[in-house]
Amino acid sequence: MNAREEILTRIRTALQDVPEVAPEVDVPVEWEYHRATRTEGVLDLFVERVEDYKAAVVRANSGEVPGRIVEALNAHDVHSVVLPAGLDPTWRAALEASEIEVRDDTPLDRAQLDTTDAVVTAACVGAAETGTIFLDHRPDQGRRALTLVPDMHVCVIRADQVVSDVPEAITRVAPSVRENQLPVTMISGGSATSDIELSRVEGVHGPRTLHVVLVQD
Amino acid sequence: MTLVHRQSTIPVAGPPAPRYEGPNRRTPAPPAGELVDSPGFPTAARRELDLPVQRGNLHQAMTTIRTKRQQCVSELDHWEELRLAGEAIKNRTLRHLDSYLVQLEENLTAAGATVHWARDAAEANRIITGLVKEALADEEVHYDGTGVVGDEVVKVKSMVTQEIDMNEALEAAGVAAWETDLAEIIVQLGHDRPSHFLVPAIHRNRAEVREIFLAEMGTYGKPAPPDLDSEPRNLAGAARLHLREKFLRAKVGISGANFAVADTGTLVVVESEGNGRMCLTLPQTLISVVGVEKVLPTFDDLEVFLQLLPRSSTAERMNPYTSMWTGPTGGDGPEKMHVVLLDNGRSRVLADRIGREALRCIRCSACLNVCPVYEKVGGHAYGSVYPGPIGSILTPQLRGTTSAVDRSLPFASSLCGACFEVCPVRIPIPELLVYMRNQVVESKKAEAKSKPGMPFLAHGEPAAMTGAAWMMADSRRWSAATKGVGLSGRILGKADHLGPMPWPLSKWTNARDVPIPPQESFRSWYKRERGGGSR
Amino acid sequence: MATKPGEGMRVALFATCANDVMFPDTPKAVLSILERLGCSVEFPEKQTCCGQPFANTGYFDETVPVVRNFVDAFGGYDYIVGPSGSCVGAVREQHEMLAEHAGDAGLARDVSLVAPHVYDISEFLVNVLNVTDVGAYFPHKVTYHPTCHSIRVAKVGDAPMRLLQSVKGITVLDLPDSDRCCGFGGTFAMKNPDISTAMAADKARHVAGTGAEYLVAGDNLCLLNVSGVIARQGGGVKPIHLAEILASTEGSAA
Repeated sequence: MNAREEILTRIRTALQDVPEVAPEVDVPVEWEYHRATRTEGVLDLFVERVEDYKAAVVRANSGEVPGRIVEALNAHDVHSVVLPAGLDPTWRAALEASEIEVRDDTPLDRAQLDTTDAVVTAACVGAAETGTIFLDHRPDQGRRALTLVPDMHVCVIRADQVVSDVPEAITRVAPSVRENQLPVTMISGGSATSDIELSRVEGVHGPRTLHVVLVQD
Repeated sequence: MTLVHRQSTIPVAGPPAPRYEGPNRRTPAPPAGELVDSPGFPTAARRELDLPVQRGNLHQAMTTIRTKRQQCVSELDHWEELRLAGEAIKNRTLRHLDSYLVQLEENLTAAGATVHWARDAAEANRIITGLVKEALADEEVHYDGTGVVGDEVVKVKSMVTQEIDMNEALEAAGVAAWETDLAEIIVQLGHDRPSHFLVPAIHRNRAEVREIFLAEMGTYGKPAPPDLDSEPRNLAGAARLHLREKFLRAKVGISGANFAVADTGTLVVVESEGNGRMCLTLPQTLISVVGVEKVLPTFDDLEVFLQLLPRSSTAERMNPYTSMWTGPTGGDGPEKMHVVLLDNGRSRVLADRIGREALRCIRCSACLNVCPVYEKVGGHAYGSVYPGPIGSILTPQLRGTTSAVDRSLPFASSLCGACFEVCPVRIPIPELLVYMRNQVVESKKAEAKSKPGMPFLAHGEPAAMTGAAWMMADSRRWSAATKGVGLSGRILGKADHLGPMPWPLSKWTNARDVPIPPQESFRSWYKRERGGGSR
Repeated sequence: MATKPGEGMRVALFATCANDVMFPDTPKAVLSILERLGCSVEFPEKQTCCGQPFANTGYFDETVPVVRNFVDAFGGYDYIVGPSGSCVGAVREQHEMLAEHAGDAGLARDVSLVAPHVYDISEFLVNVLNVTDVGAYFPHKVTYHPTCHSIRVAKVGDAPMRLLQSVKGITVLDLPDSDRCCGFGGTFAMKNPDISTAMAADKARHVAGTGAEYLVAGDNLCLLNVSGVIARQGGGVKPIHLAEILASTEGSAA
């Protein structure tokens, strides 16, 4: 028997006591999936919870977004920024008009990314309760390395992308996985560790600065 | 119907990889010897109790995380519903594991990943070593001023790769496996072993970390800055720089998985620092080692576990980064993906209708953090990569109950029950500890039977337990035995307490006074006062 | 009181083996409280032990006859009341498992008839008799340690605290980290004496810090453990079982 057959045989032998019924019948799960945990104050909670991770959040209307992005990058003394190919052209235009060097992901190799100060992306979903941003890495968010190697991530999320909690967010992001097999990255604040004496340090390997622009018209 | 004595014919976990002890090690050597050969828990615990710095570190850390967890969990008014859902989903998975594994394999393959199956640690390590060698075949080995570069992999923190001692198997094959989690790099550079699931260097304080970084980093890559102080922020900064060069050149990444979703073929890794994302994203080849019990039926089930896990483990609403991937994605991340599905004793645990509940474990470490025994001694006393309450069950389940340490682990608990209260998948840990104690006793009985001249009852504890239980099965024997109560009290006179007494009572009286026994048992008093009871 | 809350109730006193020989004042206290509240109390002499010490050490086969003896001793009573969350919890949580272990369907049936009628004294008073003020008087400062098995196995909840707070003259002081184990754990204290002692020392330190005269709990063996360390360290806090406080009246107060 090869390993696969042998392991499956062992498991089937081990489970001889389990009746031959559908798993859903054998073990019901009393849980209401996809449930919204709140409808009121979702945006305020999202802002509060993201800020809890020591990430900055600014609110803006659509017209203000390009300006807010440039402001944030300038405030962090950013000299170079990589932009995903599908980024909103008005944001790109504002950056190109600024002093900051705009780099396109042609793709950039690891060393080039390592010498790039920041990245600007859109987002896929936000979960208020946990202050989490979901990226499914479509062209407006770029491939995963873009939001990982540069030290600052400016992430623009629309109010209509923010939902109450993890269940709603998983429901929203599911089609990206089921239909398109896209990778998903969940981001809750900047990179952090509590590995030394459980004392939280913001910033280890991922971007040490997360700056969120919440767009609300 | 007797459920508990059914001895499974399914094998226990396989032996770990042979350790490479040669002169040209490429990574810091861990302590000598195999974990399974560790001394019994009481002996190891005494050794650990004698480390005052570690005791202080543990007390501080455990107190902090317990409080944080309590706070974080109390924010959710449906926490108990979530626990019940977590329990049910895992039970559903385990009771139909064969079909979910087949579905997982199908969907992983359809997504472009290659699936391998490993019966035990040795087989897993053979597979992984082969895949690594193949991926690195066209690598040029060169010297870059800090060390030999080329045959190396970067890895995400993973319990299962520790279980199979993968790093040592790779070392023996001439490949350096670099830990990239901050705590793991502290452990690896410190020639040490992890002591906690989640915070493997919890036994170290900042001053110790600084010393390790200053002494060791330069030998294996970018040295720590010479003026490094012991601020956690700066220590993390040193690790960032040291590891960045490894991330930027890595060709192969190795990970575990927190969850493997059967209906989509998605693997999920939950982490904090971004080292996981580096390993999962930057190399060309990714090898993920996944215990067969890690399957979840559907992608939707993640909504339950992504609420349960972070709050139970790091005591946060959400961990900083969670990565999900469903096979390779063109132009983004590794081009080649391998998944090694590992048994290594799990199917044997599954065969035990009582013990199988332990397989629900999602390695959150909440049970360690509330355990008063763990807090006193830390993880090293357990002689296993799985310490604490859940490790005291899982380790003898996976490895069997033959070694001294495995026989002692189920007894490494006061059965206070705090672990069950916090377990996000409601594993009845205290009950399973008692159950495993019975397995140990039964295995000793069986062993005694096979060795003529070594009767089970010739040993102190079996004799005492069997004798006392025999006495308690009949009130006449018990009454007769307790007639003598008060005798010692009368002899000892007027003292309030007894002082130190000879062994084995010394185990109790070394640290505690014992009150003088009463003159008369309740039973005798009742008979005297009330003229005999009913029945 | 017009009619006493326990009037017409026939209660079996489950003394527990440890209290029988080591702490007879505790079952005496239970007897006195229950009779004061109007219950008709019997002490089934056939009783010995709940079997927990053997079961928890892994000796299941050896425990089965002890379980058999327990159901024989207590079968037929509606209320079986004892002064130990740990022993009561063991009856509820372990007897069924042990009967199943033995593959003895008759024993399993007997266990299912007896175990649900077993109560810790605190929950019997609060949840069955619906009293919190049992007419006790105890003019002292005390601190209460909720023992692990009383809260997590027997699940007596806040019953002991409600009873204590209704005692006349008493001052109940908060015990820091009260829900942490004292380190007793039955044979744990013998098998892992060093850790057990370290845990007991923590508990003793917290108890001493409260400034209480008495440490109260619902399990005498936990009290024995902590007070042994306190006594060895020369501390003056005295151990007392909850039932003994509840049995104290203005006439008899300690």
